[in-house]
Amino acid sequence: MDIAQTFLQFLLTMDMTIRLSTVLILASLAGLFSERAGIFDIGLEGKMLVAAFLSAAVSYETGNVWLGVLAGIAGSMLFSLIHGLASITYRGDQLISGVALNFLASGLTVVIGNALYQKGGGTPTLTGGARFHDITLPFVDVLRDVPILGPIYANVISGHTAIVYIALLAVPLSWWILFRTRFGLRLRAVGENPASVDTAGISVVRQRYAAVMIAGVLCGIAGAYLATSQAASFGREMTAGRGYIALAALIFAKWRPFYILGATLLFGFLEAISLLYPKIDVFSLFTIPVQFTNALPYILTVVILAGFVGKAVPPKAGGEPYVKER
Amino acid sequence: MANAKDQGRQETVAPAIELIGISKAFGPVQANKDISLSVNKGTIHGIVGENGAGKSTLMSILYGFYKADAGEIYVNGKLTPITDSQAAIAAGIGMVHQHFKLVENFTVLENVILGAENGALLRPSLAKARAVLVELAQEYELEVDPDELIENLSVGHQQRVEILKALYRQAEILILDEPTGVLTPSEADHLFRILKNLRQQGKTIILITHKLREIMNATDTVSVMRRGEMTATGKTSETSPPKLAELMVGRKVLLRVDKTPARVGKTLLEVTDLRVRDEAGVERLKGISLQVKAGEILGIAGVDGNGQSELLDVLGGISMATGSVKVNGDEIPLIGRHANGQARRKLGIAHVPEDRQRLGLIMNFMAWENMCFGYHNEPEFQKNRLFMDNKAILADTEKKMEQFDIRPPHPRLLAQNFSGGNQQKIVLAREIERNPDILLVGQPTRGVDIGAIEFIHKQIVQLRDAGKAILLVSVELEEILSLSDRVAVMFNGTIQGERITSETDEKDLGLLMSGIDGKAA
Repeated sequence: MDIAQTFLQFLLTMDMTIRLSTVLILASLAGLFSERAGIFDIGLEGKMLVAAFLSAAVSYETGNVWLGVLAGIAGSMLFSLIHGLASITYRGDQLISGVALNFLASGLTVVIGNALYQKGGGTPTLTGGARFHDITLPFVDVLRDVPILGPIYANVISGHTAIVYIALLAVPLSWWILFRTRFGLRLRAVGENPASVDTAGISVVRQRYAAVMIAGVLCGIAGAYLATSQAASFGREMTAGRGYIALAALIFAKWRPFYILGATLLFGFLEAISLLYPKIDVFSLFTIPVQFTNALPYILTVVILAGFVGKAVPPKAGGEPYVKER
Repeated sequence: MANAKDQGRQETVAPAIELIGISKAFGPVQANKDISLSVNKGTIHGIVGENGAGKSTLMSILYGFYKADAGEIYVNGKLTPITDSQAAIAAGIGMVHQHFKLVENFTVLENVILGAENGALLRPSLAKARAVLVELAQEYELEVDPDELIENLSVGHQQRVEILKALYRQAEILILDEPTGVLTPSEADHLFRILKNLRQQGKTIILITHKLREIMNATDTVSVMRRGEMTATGKTSETSPPKLAELMVGRKVLLRVDKTPARVGKTLLEVTDLRVRDEAGVERLKGISLQVKAGEILGIAGVDGNGQSELLDVLGGISMATGSVKVNGDEIPLIGRHANGQARRKLGIAHVPEDRQRLGLIMNFMAWENMCFGYHNEPEFQKNRLFMDNKAILADTEKKMEQFDIRPPHPRLLAQNFSGGNQQKIVLAREIERNPDILLVGQPTRGVDIGAIEFIHKQIVQLRDAGKAILLVSVELEEILSLSDRVAVMFNGTIQGERITSETDEKDLGLLMSGIDGKAA
């Protein structure tokens, strides 16, 4: 294998990594806002699934993908609202509420999808304006001939759909909101010690709802990306556990925005490998079977959750409904 | 004072705070009954009362944490409806809670501005707070590093942050709820210096405490609360601790513990080089050695969190350790399956744990069930191999409830429905009545009212006079000094020094508690 070909392979892998990471970045940031405010959100999966279905269905019916995205966000936010009602207003168990929403999403999408399209729970294929298309960034043609950086710009950085860029911009934006604004300070305080916010005369409930709704918006975009950008239709259970992987990435990233970018890119990279190189030949001695490469992201998830990768300290008030002390 | 409302209007200086007819009920419990109170500007006003007397509820109403069912609040002579904490802050009222309301992994600055930011971005707020903090630090001896994380600060410094928070919000009236419970004596002295400074600058301070000495030393005026009512208000200089205690409890109370000199026997408990590491691998006990003889009380003093809890846990068989512990001359296992609470009880070591609600009782079990825990395998409680003899346990509980004056005397009441003092009596009754050779007692009177304190102290002294060895852990120096025959002070996992009680005082022990051995130096 010569160097030029290896470089091309590398570009292809990186391009794929970014495409596959996008949904994880958005979902992980959604989890970040929610959990930093003290609300565990195991329902990322369900919210994405609902958003994916609604965005595909509305895009298909209207022919406008942006309307689809809005519908996806609305659906995801509705689920967030239910999660908020259960876990903030009625102080229920956040894990149970999240799991329930996941079941609800998985059932509803299939039933409604089947009723509408009779395609086994999926939607018809989206074409034209009903789906996202790759954007070519400016100066690609000019820069293409610059050695090394040129091809990276042309093949890895340019040529993605709008949502990819939205996700990449969402990382620094989330950091800025959480660590440089009043809203972020209060949000983090609510997740660490809600009493500190309450005694300052600020509503813990409103702050937590705000966080959960932001998570809804981000999950909505993530779901819409799956159905209208990464794929061109909705398929049943198409989130395939990505909500849980996003949670693992969130823990791996110790609830920090830029670490999340790194963690999700790693998961995306593993997934890209398994898609591009199902069989890896190790010095012609033996072949790593496809099942193993496919399982890599999940193996990493287990390793992370078992706590092998450093000690991650979650927000202190996470999972606990806030009750005023007597 | 009920008429103060009308008179106060006409006087030149209106009181900083005036409460009129405040009432508040939680379900069937009347926490505050028609309370009126007036506090003059630029004074320190103390409020004393037993646990559950309604002090904290009253202050929570003043701070907008709860809404009163009835009554009016005047601030500086103006009727001010305080609907929430924001309204209280706007009216210039600040509160330092007993349990600090700080975000541990935020910096001092971030905690100070939280909820009082200027604008949506943090940078200008932080810069402003930094400047204000420097000013306040100079003015009131309130130095703290603005960029330090709260979790790295000592408790005393954390409390300063709470005071700074209130001052940053321009509080003119400062409420402090049991502020010295977690402080060393020298930290407490510093706090009172700060408070006097604040008073000099014209601030008004309301100090809630159950320590009568603090009331006498620090306040200008004092109010006493009992069972939700304000029973008396007056000048501090015109009252005395026994008088206040009587008003709090409603009867004459003996503040001093009556006891004869100890008649010491042979050594019953001998601890040598005891070491404990916590989960994070930090050494919590760094080679503790001590002895307790029959017929004496060894008091362990120290600020909370210096290894006293770990020491009790190891001796009580709750956690493992290395080193040696001899009971009556025989080595006992500190590791393995024989190091447990039941084994310890068989060896004659009874344990009244520090945290009775977590380790001493099961709160949603009934009193009679709680009364047999740890001894539930004793033959007298067994009907046969399979079944317990509930009737025997019930009868036993009834007997002990009478002996220890546990109220209400209902064995079938859940543990959580007893008051703090009565919960403690349940634990004490269970442990003492088994006639142990060694009694480990942690914070016997934490959250217990004065009337019950008297009773509990008497029980402990009686046990000593019966020739038992007693290890008493308490963060209340007064309790240590009045009960124990010898005192060992713990600091940072070591015994900082040992004293004969009659040859020491609070100042000497206070120095030891902050890690300084005044006598050795």
